[in-house]
Amino acid sequence: MTAFWIVTIGTSVIAFLLKYAGHSIPQHLLENPRLQRVNALIPIALLSALVAVQTFTSESKVMIDHRLIGVSVAVVALLLKAPFPVVVLSAAFTSATIYNWL
Amino acid sequence: MGAYGVAFGAASVASGFSVLQSCLISLLTFSGASQFAAVGVLGAGGNPLSAIATASLLGVRNGLYGVIMAPRLKVRGFKRIVAAQITIDESTAVSLGAEGRTPDSGRQGFWLTGAGVYIFWNLFTLAGALGAQAMGDARAWGLDSAVPAAFLGLVWPRLKTNGDRLLAVVSVVFAIAMTPILPAGLPIIATAFIAVAIGLRR
Repeated sequence: MTAFWIVTIGTSVIAFLLKYAGHSIPQHLLENPRLQRVNALIPIALLSALVAVQTFTSESKVMIDHRLIGVSVAVVALLLKAPFPVVVLSAAFTSATIYNWL
Repeated sequence: MGAYGVAFGAASVASGFSVLQSCLISLLTFSGASQFAAVGVLGAGGNPLSAIATASLLGVRNGLYGVIMAPRLKVRGFKRIVAAQITIDESTAVSLGAEGRTPDSGRQGFWLTGAGVYIFWNLFTLAGALGAQAMGDARAWGLDSAVPAAFLGLVWPRLKTNGDRLLAVVSVVFAIAMTPILPAGLPIIATAFIAVAIGLRR
C-alpha cells in the first residue's frame, strides 16, 4: 500500500471515529473548562504552524520566495475583512503573477 | 466554500494524491482543515503517520461538536452515523445560531447545512482535482500560496485574545525553526503540545 493510500484511509477512519465518539459519549465528561480551552487552542497552534511551514519552507529548508508575497496579500485581505474566497484567490493570483513573470 | 473545495482538490492532486484518493478523502474525512493538513504534510515530504496525526488532531474539535449536537438531535443507529459524518464547523454553527426560532429550527439548520456542504464540498473537490490534473505545474497557478492563505483564513477568526495571537506567533516561529532539524510534519504536530501546555496552565 502506498503512503497516499495509508493517509487517505487512516485520516478518513480516524476523522469519522472522532465524530462518532462525540455523538456517543455523555456530555458531562467534557465539561471541564481546561479541556475546552485546550480544544480551542490546538487548532490555533496547528493551523499557524501549517501557514508557516507552507509559506517559508520547502523540503526541510527555510526559503523566502513568491509564496511570502502571496500570503502577505492574504493578510492584507483579511485585515480588510475580505471574505474567504477573496483571501485565497488574491494570494493565488499574486503568487502566480510573480512566479510566471518575475 | 466553493473556492475552498476546489483548492483542496487541486492541492491534493498537486501533493501526489490521485483524483480517486482526493475524492475519497472528501467523501470520508469531510473536514476541510484536516484534509488540507493531511495532503499538505505528506506533500511536504512528511511520513504518513505525521500526516494522519496532524489531520486527526485538527479533527478532535468535530468530536466536541458531536458532544454538543447529540442531545439536540437525539438520533440512533444509521441516522447517528450520518449525523456524525456531517458534524463540522458549519453545520454546528448554523444549528446553534438557528436554535429557538421554531422548536425544530436548530435541527433543521444542522441537517440542511450539513447535507448541503457535503454535496458541494465533494463536487468542488472533484472539479479541483480534475482541474489540477489538467493544469500541470501548480505553482504557475498560485496554488502553493493559495493553500497557506486558506490555512490563514481558517485560523484568523480564531485569534480572539492576545493569548491566542501569542500562541499563533510562537507556533509560527517554532515550526520554522524546527523545520531544518525535525523530520517533515513533526514541527507542525509539536506545536499542538505547546497549545496543550498553555491550555492546562492558564
